[in-house]
Amino acid sequence: MNLYKYSSPVNFYPLAGRLIPWFAIPAALLFAAGIFVGFFVAPADYQQGEAYRIIFIHVPAAWLGMFLYVLMAVYAGIGWAFNARLSSMMASSISVTGAMFTFLSLVTGAFWGKPTWGTWWVWDARMTSTLILMFLYIGFISLQSSIEDPRRADRAGAVLAIVGVINIPIIYFSVQWWNTLHQGATIRLLQKPTIHGSMLYALLIMLAACWLYSVAVVLIRVRCIILEREQNAARFAEATI
Amino acid sequence: MLRWIIWRDLMLSWRRRADVLSTLFFFVIVASLFPLGIGPETELLRSIAPGVVWVAALLASMLSLGRVFANDFQDGTLEQLLLTPQPLFLVVAGKVFAQWLTSEVPLVLIAPLLGLQLGLSKQTLVVLVISLLLGTPVLSLIGSIGAALTLGLRSSSVLIAILVLPLYIPVLIFGAGAVQASVLGFDPQPHLYLLGAVLVLSLIFSPWATAAALKISVE
Repeated sequence: MNLYKYSSPVNFYPLAGRLIPWFAIPAALLFAAGIFVGFFVAPADYQQGEAYRIIFIHVPAAWLGMFLYVLMAVYAGIGWAFNARLSSMMASSISVTGAMFTFLSLVTGAFWGKPTWGTWWVWDARMTSTLILMFLYIGFISLQSSIEDPRRADRAGAVLAIVGVINIPIIYFSVQWWNTLHQGATIRLLQKPTIHGSMLYALLIMLAACWLYSVAVVLIRVRCIILEREQNAARFAEATI
Repeated sequence: MLRWIIWRDLMLSWRRRADVLSTLFFFVIVASLFPLGIGPETELLRSIAPGVVWVAALLASMLSLGRVFANDFQDGTLEQLLLTPQPLFLVVAGKVFAQWLTSEVPLVLIAPLLGLQLGLSKQTLVVLVISLLLGTPVLSLIGSIGAALTLGLRSSSVLIAILVLPLYIPVLIFGAGAVQASVLGFDPQPHLYLLGAVLVLSLIFSPWATAAALKISVE
């Protein structure tokens, strides 16, 4: 069996269709399990009470937001260097999910900040750099959507994503330094020295659920992109299998 | 080749002086709006002056970025330049240098005036000019990547701003940080060194990225 066969969008289209349930159903089950453990098994925090429970979605969303940007840049870079269409399609498909998770982590962070810190938004280094990460996602998506020719959109997005990846550490350190210079570290995230066992389980289950959800959604979206760009070929492949 | 490109771009912008002047006036007007919006207290103005001048410089440099490659792209010169045997990054470096000379250096020269308006001391004005001298080339270099990527697109001027402004953040932080340190009576040198480091990094990498982006956009 030749795995390279699936680097062609036309061959990947039916494979993705068959893979989606294998990710979507476990994702739904794990979301249900994670919500159950998070709400009913894990104890209330002695400092933050019930409000801390939002970390079960906030932390996985923040992790995925960061990780998906790097993954998107890797896919875009491979697509650009080896002229692999499917890789570039995966990059555009990942960008939307990554932006969604980054936005989710900002919103849930604000909801968490209000009861625990007493304010919706703090110019904390981590929050500021997450905000900038979302700007980078928006730049990538708006660049790709304003270029008509899909091949040029893929390559232009790749250049932008790679420049962004090189810049992320510089941005992160400059923001952190700016923050300590201006106001000092007033608030630390996750002050708790240790985390209760069931809290950790809930967090890990939710993280796995978010991962599986991302894979499923990215595959669904990449199928749409293949259909858009290579309509006839994809329909033909599905009919013959 | 390098000298020829710089000379040609300088001549072209000399014949379109109005463009350069309008960038300059935009810079002055934006910086003058802040006192009107915030109020005339000298203490307050002095504390926000570094940020105001730097943000105004960032926005003003956005205006001239669209022109770096667009005119040459429209009349077909850019295609000829891509076909020359000389390495493309030399062409890019020349054009970016010319853009910096015509659009950013005037901002650096007028900045002390704005600093005076906002109540900065003489010593701080020197730091402001040095930080702008180190920082504005980075703006031109990173901005040229965005200009090359958006070449010939419909809403390119708005798009350049969305792509490039997040990448400008380190320059803004270190540049305004140096001036702020000087206002507060600290040593601005660490900020200036970091700004220099960012300048060296972008000098090395961004002409290549711009060259790659140009090839993608023109083909």
